[in-house]
Amino acid sequence: MYAALWRALPGPWWVRLLILLALLAVVLFVLFEWVFPWIDGYVGEGSQGTVGT
Amino acid sequence: MDADSATTRTPRRRVSLLGVLGELLLTAGVLVLLFIAWQNVFNSWVLNGQQNGAAAQLGKQWLEQSAPSSGSGSGSGAAGDSTTSVGPNADVPVESEPANLTAMAVMYVPRFGTDWKRTVREGTGLDVLNSSSAGVGHYAKTAMPGGVGNFAVAAHDTGYGSTFLHMQNLRLGDKIYVQTKDGFYTYAFRNYEYVQPTDVAVLDPVPKQQSAQASDRILTMTTCNPPYHTVERLISYAVLESFSKSAPAAIASEVG
Repeated sequence: MYAALWRALPGPWWVRLLILLALLAVVLFVLFEWVFPWIDGYVGEGSQGTVGT
Repeated sequence: MDADSATTRTPRRRVSLLGVLGELLLTAGVLVLLFIAWQNVFNSWVLNGQQNGAAAQLGKQWLEQSAPSSGSGSGSGAAGDSTTSVGPNADVPVESEPANLTAMAVMYVPRFGTDWKRTVREGTGLDVLNSSSAGVGHYAKTAMPGGVGNFAVAAHDTGYGSTFLHMQNLRLGDKIYVQTKDGFYTYAFRNYEYVQPTDVAVLDPVPKQQSAQASDRILTMTTCNPPYHTVERLISYAVLESFSKSAPAAIASEVG
């Protein structure tokens, strides 16, 4: 899967590496900005540091 | 997929079902680890900054509001700039309990960090503890800052700003400053207690003494224990020492 992605990218190895790093940055940004906050709404810490509840 | 039969020709181009499955599983594992890192490090770091900033803004606003009005607006019994030491019958201003979610106080705890400050909102729901503009929640129906009885608050230890992460660093006598519209209440840390999450007796007017008549002015802070786990609660008790209209010297540079 990732090997296929590597072969599909154009250019010499360092161009492919730069493209991959850019892709990775985009993926991380989308995850941190939107996906993880959305997931957090469902799996958020059950405990609140409170007593009684 | 007849991947196994194709081993003889150009093995590098082979895409096996198991290989893809393995890569997907590895990716899923990395995503889970990333989420945990996001929750406990990144998001907590972002929220810490936002909560600190919101508290600084509110503290400054209250200080500016109280300064020019020279006490006429904030109907308190305390005089001018003097510091009122607190005895059993001390005359310190005590607000009445506000509506849920109302920003009621700003806490400063130098032991948690010289620039550590948090807004205290009414109520201990996740809409307060996870809020980017709060972080500390006041237990409904417990005393207000400066009041006789138990001013009890809660916060996360890790995640969502990691508000009370350093609670176990408190040492006897450490100052905990609570600012309201009226001024600054200085509490001094007294002791810890480790309890079960169900132990609501720590919120009693006299903690753990359900029928006792309150005469002290206690501040109780609750958080999860141990850090990153929720099996117990760490409780910190502090006692009111003094009240002053202006910011105490130790935090003057952090307020306004």
